Amino acid sequence: MTALTVPTARTKDDVEPAAAERTSGSGQVLKSPHLDVLESEGIHIMREVAAEFERPVLLFSGGKDSAVMLHLARKAFWPAPVPFPLMHVDTGHNFPEVLAYRDEFVERFELRLVVASVQSYIDSGKLRERVDGTRNPLQIQPLLDGITDNKFDAVFGGGRRDEEKARAKERIYSLRDEFGQWDPRRQRPELWNLYNGRHKPGEHVRVFPLSNWTELDVWEYVERERVELPSIYFAHEREVFKRNGMWLTPGEWGGPKDGEPLQRKRVRYRTVGDMSCTGAVESASSTISDVIAEIAISTITERGATRADDKLSEAAMEDRKREGYF
Amino acid sequence: MKGISKVTSVLEPEGLAPRLDRDVEMLRFATAGSVDDGKSTLVGRLLHDSKSVLADTLEAVERASRDRGSDGMELALLTDGLRAEREQGITIDVAYRYFTTARRKFVLADTPGHVQYTRNMVTGASTAELVVILIDARKGVVEQTRRHLAVAALLGVRHLVLAVNKMDLVDFDQSVFAAIAADFAAAAEGLGVVDHTVIPVSALAGDNVVEPSAAMPWYSGPTLLEHLETVEVGIDAAGQQVRFPVQYVIRSADYRGYAGQLAAGVLSVGDDVVVLPSGLRTVVVGIDTFDNPVDFAYAPQSITVRLADELDVGRGDLLVRPGEEPRIVREFEATVCQLSDRPLAAGDRVLVKHTTRVVKAVVDQVNYRLDIETLGRDEAADSLSLNEIGGITLRIAAPLAVDDYAHDRLTGSFLVIDEHDGQTLAAGLVGDPITSATSAAGADAP
Repeated sequence: MTALTVPTARTKDDVEPAAAERTSGSGQVLKSPHLDVLESEGIHIMREVAAEFERPVLLFSGGKDSAVMLHLARKAFWPAPVPFPLMHVDTGHNFPEVLAYRDEFVERFELRLVVASVQSYIDSGKLRERVDGTRNPLQIQPLLDGITDNKFDAVFGGGRRDEEKARAKERIYSLRDEFGQWDPRRQRPELWNLYNGRHKPGEHVRVFPLSNWTELDVWEYVERERVELPSIYFAHEREVFKRNGMWLTPGEWGGPKDGEPLQRKRVRYRTVGDMSCTGAVESASSTISDVIAEIAISTITERGATRADDKLSEAAMEDRKREGYF
Repeated sequence: MKGISKVTSVLEPEGLAPRLDRDVEMLRFATAGSVDDGKSTLVGRLLHDSKSVLADTLEAVERASRDRGSDGMELALLTDGLRAEREQGITIDVAYRYFTTARRKFVLADTPGHVQYTRNMVTGASTAELVVILIDARKGVVEQTRRHLAVAALLGVRHLVLAVNKMDLVDFDQSVFAAIAADFAAAAEGLGVVDHTVIPVSALAGDNVVEPSAAMPWYSGPTLLEHLETVEVGIDAAGQQVRFPVQYVIRSADYRGYAGQLAAGVLSVGDDVVVLPSGLRTVVVGIDTFDNPVDFAYAPQSITVRLADELDVGRGDLLVRPGEEPRIVREFEATVCQLSDRPLAAGDRVLVKHTTRVVKAVVDQVNYRLDIETLGRDEAADSLSLNEIGGITLRIAAPLAVDDYAHDRLTGSFLVIDEHDGQTLAAGLVGDPITSATSAAGADAP
């Protein structure tokens, strides 16, 4: 075997912490810290999809998971541009900060954006507003139509298996029928790093490159890679009111009602979703490091803390996945 | 848009703190054992005692435990995912769990013990570096244990742990444990498993799972978590031959690079390489990443390689160093585990997905069916059904560069796919990993 030439350092090694070391016979130190392993896996998945599917799309909500996915996509295909468009399901109740962030990113990286608008479905009478004003369940139809109309055959989602019980069994490649439905018994076993993306016309595959990441991994990666995020992830002063144990932001979507007094709080968001069902948490964390420290000692999961829609029933997520939810 | 703070605000000075010194190693492991052995309880205990379960999840489990009429908390409910499973009290598929300690990040493939055990365990073990096999101290090493052991050995899992559970039900008796440990050692060594550890635990009470047990002073080894935190992980990439499957060609202006994830070895700028299956030779002139060009890269990094010559290189090609070439085959023998309820038989036309290449193939013949408990081979078998493991010969429509699975997990594995409905029919391992392992074990014996 050829003797290994041992360069003194990769540039990256200079800044990498000295964890996860492995020394080869030649005295060479090869590190595989968890974030590098996760990043490499994510890039591998994105390249597989770009190579094997005809029309992939990346679901971009402006949330931290989709920001990390986009970052991975930029890394995977550099120096070429990201070879697929983004799709955003706009509930009409999105945080304005997040929309501004989305638009700036699309412009800066010369991306193509497809918007599926819940509001236009409501305006045209194809969907009816729910009594409780929550629009998350209304996203399914515009999402599926967006996929069908654009003939997207692979749809990248930022879902992570640590988020919720029903997601723990989700595959990295998740086959959906022509109604976008997820059937746990029809999912294919996934072995090694081999993914089977074969599907019939009209079907598509949801692909989750962050499957093996946890919330903490995402934040550590955001910090390491200096991934930019919408400002609402960090502590800011905001008028909020309490409903079902969550701090919600007022807006045209239907709050506050009588008996829901507004209070000024220092808050941040752990997830970014529809304003009607995404709660803020009281927080003074104004930097990524603060947020990581806060999460590391948090005693509540991010969905439990901030998503009203998951509290509806124990099987809430399972049901929505079956219907074609992310 | 008034009042919207600037997007980049998060990157202002305080956001530019140096990277945290918190990158840790990652261990992927799998668990095998049945509900009766207390596997869900053990996994629940591991998550609970390593403080990986947050308050709202615990509350939900407590509530569900009460609804089911239990006193206290059923830890097993922490890991039951789907409603269908909760209603039937079974686990139907591999579930992935995540927890982190100060020392490591863990990815746990939790595989059910009884329903479709082989299919699920093969799936879980394919990415695992370690498998925890769980048994009931009252029953000892049983047929199922041997099955789990054989599957782990077949899949090339490097580290095995036997967790002898329910020690409380045998009065924490050292002699019971010692007898089981000896049985297991004999079975593991017979399969060529070089590294195995046996730990006496009580998942229900938590003894030796995360905290050392006060009831078993005779045991001085690590707790299960301590072992998981300290067992050596990662492949010695530098000791392996280079295997770089080309995934995707990146073109931009005058740039042409071959993107992929190194399956094995260390690839350096200046290395001579052979492109397989064409056999063309060239030199690596650059290894690029988004962050910066590097002088060398190692598995499992995702990189982009630039080559000296303009060759016809594309997805499905494999770059290796000269003198280290794998076999180029049009026909090969393999061990397969049938994952589909449709049986595999001679004459079946299928697709084979190997690294980044998909080729048409025909099952030339089924050579034998393996009895996973006795390792006996039924050579009269002419088909393989769901959960069965056996040997087949495949003829393929285009040459493939393959390694034996026992030599390289990623260039020695493949999927068998149904050409018509696209389902994954079988997991394939090139060669005969069980015989390789057992004969190696025999050769090492004094």
